[in-house]
Amino acid sequence: MVKKIKVYSTPTCPYCTRAKQYLKDNNIDFENIDVSSNQDAAQEMINKSGQMGVPVLDIEGDIVIGFDREKISRALGI
Amino acid sequence: MFDLIIIGAGPAGITAAVYAARKKLNCLIITKDIGGQAAWSGDIENYTGYQFISGPELAAKFEEHLKQYSIELKEKEEVTGLSSVDTKILIKTNKASYESSTAIVASGKRSKLLNVPGEERFKNKGLTYCATCDGPLFSGKTVAVIGGGNSALDAALQLIRIAKQVYLINITSRLGGDAVMQEKLLKADNLTLLNDARVTQVLGDKFVSAIKIKKADKEELLSVQGVFVEIGLIPNSDFASQVEKSPIGEIKVNCRNETNIAGVFAAGDVTDVPEKQIIIAAGEGSKACLSAFRYLMQKNI
Repeated sequence: MVKKIKVYSTPTCPYCTRAKQYLKDNNIDFENIDVSSNQDAAQEMINKSGQMGVPVLDIEGDIVIGFDREKISRALGI
Repeated sequence: MFDLIIIGAGPAGITAAVYAARKKLNCLIITKDIGGQAAWSGDIENYTGYQFISGPELAAKFEEHLKQYSIELKEKEEVTGLSSVDTKILIKTNKASYESSTAIVASGKRSKLLNVPGEERFKNKGLTYCATCDGPLFSGKTVAVIGGGNSALDAALQLIRIAKQVYLINITSRLGGDAVMQEKLLKADNLTLLNDARVTQVLGDKFVSAIKIKKADKEELLSVQGVFVEIGLIPNSDFASQVEKSPIGEIKVNCRNETNIAGVFAAGDVTDVPEKQIIIAAGEGSKACLSAFRYLMQKNI
């Protein structure tokens, strides 16, 4: 089953880049949301995660804060 | 048993690893992250060969260079102990134990904490130690940068382009850091510099809403939505308990990057090398690797 994934990120954050690279390396499609250019999306991210640090991954409702490879893998079942 | 274990993958550790690969050493890198502090820097304009490059871009270049070689890498692993037993170096982490003939400590530095009430509670809830990462989330908001050195100036320079208003809270009577950066900053209309000011508390509900500052024995409340802590760094050297350190915890090295323990070398910001710069850390990393290589040759390992 293909899960719907959103990555809330900024272009300047190293862990955002690494999180996205990790998904790419595993051939997983995701929607990248640049919260630096989209205030509504930034607010959405803050509401979902209860905090303001990037990246935040929304893996079909599973919220992962930061580039936490183990949590991401678990949420994706990889 | 490895020839060399490198602790850390910032500019020093990665450069050491590139040299190790070219010397065909059996090498392992153990690190929490890749790029180290360089990855968190804003604009870099003093790394030779690049007139301008951002921290994350330079870190990505370093990583790309590292991945040209097949070097074993344990990422997100934290070293908890380093000791020398007989002629072996034993390294313990939060996940495993390793043995090596030599080691290079290149574990860098981490942000110093404010140590005031509210800091822990509001971490990532308005309070951050990385302007480069989280700065864009404060677009149109009022923020405070705490500190007066280069990293505080760098954070403030990034934030004046993003935030509505930036307070720079400096504990001493005048700013430190590069004159070029100071000049740029002090020209900004939306920057207010507060010298001789100390943060005593971070306040808010779910997120930061204010900080309390003390200036000439008077306390005042500043309404801010963001707090960027840039008050300096402490070396990640606690795990190296047998290694000789300076009073501020920097590992003492000689000009060959040797520590007081045979086979243990150190490089970059974790050491007492004068001046902490990306280019210096990279150079020190290469030097440390060449010294480790020479040591292995002399010992016939």
